[in-house]
Amino acid sequence: MATSSVSKGCFVFKPNLKKRKTSVPIEEYFNKGKNESEDSKLRFETYQLIWQQMKSETEQLQEELNKNLFDSLIKFLQKSHSGFQKNSKDWGCQIKLREIPTAALILGVNVTDHDLTFRSLTEALQNNVTPYVVSLQARDCPDMKHFLQKLFSQLMDCHVDVESKEQEKDIQKKICCSMDSLSSWYMNVTQKMDPGKPGKKRTSSNQWQSPPVVLILKDMESFTTKVLQDFIIISSQHLHEFPLILIFGIATSPIIIHRLLPHAVSSLLCIEIFQSLSCKEHLTTVFDKLLLTTQFPFKLSEKVLQILISIFLYCDFSIQNFIKGLQLSLLEHFYSQPLSVLCCNLPEAKGRINFLSDNQCENIRRLPSFRRYVEKQAAEKQVALLTNERFLKEETQSLLENLQVYHTNYFLILRCLHEFTSSLPKYPLGRQIRELYCTCLEKNIWDSEEYASALQLLRMLAKDELMTILQKCFNVLKSSSEKQLGSSAKRIEELLAQFQSLDEAKEEEDTSGSQSKGLQKTDLYHLQKSLLEMKELRRTGKKQTKFELLREKVVNFIDGLVREHLLPPETQPLHEVVYFTAAHTLHEHLNAAPRIALHTALNNPHYYLKNEALKSEEGCIPNVAPDICIAYKLHLECSRLINLVDWSEAFATVVTAAEKTDASSVTSEERNEIIHARFIRAVSELELLGFVKPTKRKTDHVARLTWGGC
Amino acid sequence: MPHLENMVLCRESQVSTLQSLFGERHHFSFPSIFIYGHTASGKTYVTQTLLKTLELPHVFVNCVECFTLRLLLEQILNKLNHLSSSEDGCSTQITCDTLNDFVRLFKQVTKAKNLKDQTVYIVLDKAEYLRDMEVNVLPGFLRLQELCDRNVTVIFLSEIIWEKFRPSTGCFEPFVLYFPDYSIGNLQKILSHDHPPEYSADFYAAYINILLGVFYTVCRDLKELSHLAVLNFPKYCEPVVKGEASERDTRKLWRNIEPHLKKAMQTVYLREISSSQWEKLQKDDADPGQMEGLSTYTHVELPYYSKFILIAAYLASYNPARTDKRFFLKHHGKIKKTNFLKKHEKITSLVTLQLLTLVGHDDQLDGPKYKCTVSLDFIRAIARTVNFDIIKYLYDFL
Repeated sequence: MATSSVSKGCFVFKPNLKKRKTSVPIEEYFNKGKNESEDSKLRFETYQLIWQQMKSETEQLQEELNKNLFDSLIKFLQKSHSGFQKNSKDWGCQIKLREIPTAALILGVNVTDHDLTFRSLTEALQNNVTPYVVSLQARDCPDMKHFLQKLFSQLMDCHVDVESKEQEKDIQKKICCSMDSLSSWYMNVTQKMDPGKPGKKRTSSNQWQSPPVVLILKDMESFTTKVLQDFIIISSQHLHEFPLILIFGIATSPIIIHRLLPHAVSSLLCIEIFQSLSCKEHLTTVFDKLLLTTQFPFKLSEKVLQILISIFLYCDFSIQNFIKGLQLSLLEHFYSQPLSVLCCNLPEAKGRINFLSDNQCENIRRLPSFRRYVEKQAAEKQVALLTNERFLKEETQSLLENLQVYHTNYFLILRCLHEFTSSLPKYPLGRQIRELYCTCLEKNIWDSEEYASALQLLRMLAKDELMTILQKCFNVLKSSSEKQLGSSAKRIEELLAQFQSLDEAKEEEDTSGSQSKGLQKTDLYHLQKSLLEMKELRRTGKKQTKFELLREKVVNFIDGLVREHLLPPETQPLHEVVYFTAAHTLHEHLNAAPRIALHTALNNPHYYLKNEALKSEEGCIPNVAPDICIAYKLHLECSRLINLVDWSEAFATVVTAAEKTDASSVTSEERNEIIHARFIRAVSELELLGFVKPTKRKTDHVARLTWGGC
Repeated sequence: MPHLENMVLCRESQVSTLQSLFGERHHFSFPSIFIYGHTASGKTYVTQTLLKTLELPHVFVNCVECFTLRLLLEQILNKLNHLSSSEDGCSTQITCDTLNDFVRLFKQVTKAKNLKDQTVYIVLDKAEYLRDMEVNVLPGFLRLQELCDRNVTVIFLSEIIWEKFRPSTGCFEPFVLYFPDYSIGNLQKILSHDHPPEYSADFYAAYINILLGVFYTVCRDLKELSHLAVLNFPKYCEPVVKGEASERDTRKLWRNIEPHLKKAMQTVYLREISSSQWEKLQKDDADPGQMEGLSTYTHVELPYYSKFILIAAYLASYNPARTDKRFFLKHHGKIKKTNFLKKHEKITSLVTLQLLTLVGHDDQLDGPKYKCTVSLDFIRAIARTVNFDIIKYLYDFL
């Protein structure tokens, strides 16, 4: 672009506003091969619908989980300043140090989740305590000046009175923010509000003449000590006219307060601790509400689930990231699987089946699970399924219905099994239901050793333990309205009744009850001991007691249920419709490896550029590759220090091999200069990418920074 | 002046020095006075009451609040302006950016007739903050009298000795006045001075005596002591209120309060428990041992890989580099230093949590160096959760 200016310099060109964004509607991205018959639009809509539902569910969950914490926090804030206003003429209150009420909020190391918590906290406080809620982050406050400025401007925004806003903006510009001006502003505002009309926000905060100012420091750890100390000292001097309350967001442990603040400063604070829910518990609830339910048709396969869980446990502890991963899998599923159009609630899906195109029917026939299913059918049915579209559609409907039933039963039995195994010593099947779920998804659980040992342990349970577990299972089964498991619920009820009747017949049992007494405890030592005893008993062929018989019955019963209902999803026809299995893609997206990508791009440019000329055998340098690739490959052969002259020679050799054909057009002098320039550019690009850096150790050398460099 | 003596206890010599320095109202006083002494040794209180009771024109500024020079200068000028024109209440804000402007404006302000013929005092509390401001501020204030040719005295209050202030270029030497710490007798006298109206002075003095017996060894901060005195007084009175003991029954009262005070020393004094929580405990008569203080929450949950990075960082920070071979060759592969995913991101997050700190300059982008700052107990707890016997790998424990 040209300027009319004569002088040299930098000119700013604002982007042309007329240039309109040529955005593609999002659903277009779902059209892979412009294949209309694969219902891409419908798939996208279904995705959006399900995601919205999931999102609102998680938000609601978060709200419920935070409720306790917020309630206690609000109570603390409400009482913290009221005391001083009540009896300020009291003898003690005059002498006592006036401390700043401070809530230390321990939130755990999952920093990414904190934002959401603070946002809802701010909302809750504004509704219940005071309109003046300000939250600051360490990166905004490198020194006192910025700290107060930020505080001031946010306070102004909190103030509800719109008319005076203009006026205040002028004030803000004029005064360099100091605590003095802040408190005088506060006095002004509160006095103005006092006699005035009852505003909307006033109703909630009218228990005070002067509502307190709540300051949230989101990341206490990152604040510099000096800023924090100075601010606390200053504000404690102004406390009588500026009722401040501090909330520290702490990621590690409250000891950090003592580490950051000397005694002289921390003695100005009146600290109380509030602890939020641990993120692992949070994950369990999210699991419960989003994945172990039939509410959402979408399911994750074992591998995908493992990836998400391991990212959570090993890397970040972040619920937000977990849900993002879930969203990504949802999106990927609807994007890559054409049949995912049927992944919606059952009545809707049945309707959609009727409108499936021929192409989609073909897709169904190609599903491995469906093929397996067909092979099991009688010969004429096989033919019908493979040729008759209508018959196929009807069959698909019933199969989907079966899938739905399978899931309902699956989760109920899973929960029952978890009730049984979660209290066993050493947790052979995992302490959390998510571990159990993963194992069940992976394979037939009854083939595993852990399951066998769990059953063995179950055969040791004492009566009261067994009964409480049975009662819980009964409640689980009762909670669903499905009929299929109604008989099982009834069976459990019967078993419970039988246990109760055992109680009445206790007297008789007492004669032979000595063995069962020894089994009351279930710690490992006693267990092994009693196991041995059991074996001995069997060998001697002594008759089992009634209780033992009954217990055996219970264990067999639960084993039967498990074998019947906890089949891995791969066994179900059409499972591909609802299960997302592409763990590989998910891994690539969530655990990106930029170094590897960079290396591939530079080492094998064909991978990204898809240019036939760039195709080469392993290890040799195609001379038509981009300059930076050539320089990179050459530098890979060097050790820690690279001689620039050698490098440039090698570069020139490779490059000239490519340009032999048009060598005649330019003189060799010129050509050399051009190659030299290209080499310099390539090297500086490599430096920018962080592969080499200049060194002072040897003249005309650069240091290599990666792979084998050190 | 008997009135003043009643208000300022145990500081007679300092008060008289100051009074003789101030002289008569119209006399020129010493240009700058530097007062230092420990926290809560009465510097601010003495100066303030002296100036107030003598009704001398003065400006009191706390330097912590004035984090820029501009704020400091404007505050002084505006307050002075307020003093000189209190009756007509004109409140034009003076703006002032440099010391040069300040001198000019100061001359203008002190032209007012009620300030003209007497010494104006500027008190700068927490004067140590002046050292961080522009270099000309401290010398400028020290010879303000000379610079603006007015009858003005600047009083500096600080906890740091004058030698630490003296700029390398030299400056005008102020009059240095030291406020020594209060002795136990002084503390006793001052603390028992403010006794609650419903109890006799003797009763309260006996209480203060017990309090000092417990706390004097650890804390001589007057403010803190009086705070503690107020907090625990209800407990002391409890037997009297209940009628179990009379006010004279000192032994019984002592037996009641002494263990209580010792507990207070371990909890409230260290701010393990906040004062309001302590008061609540007292009211409910609960055992403060049950209360969970700040330091009980030491447990930090960390993701699995972060734990390993932290352990590795700890080992690297505390073992000499030459011993690496000895520790890690034998048990090769015990610590997997293989590809930690998102390694760098993790490290920065640990730094923000203050478990690691950056050593060296920020600008060394290609090779930042970190140091592990956690304690041995902490790292042992972490190592235990991942079944790693850290003691075996520590050089100090060989």
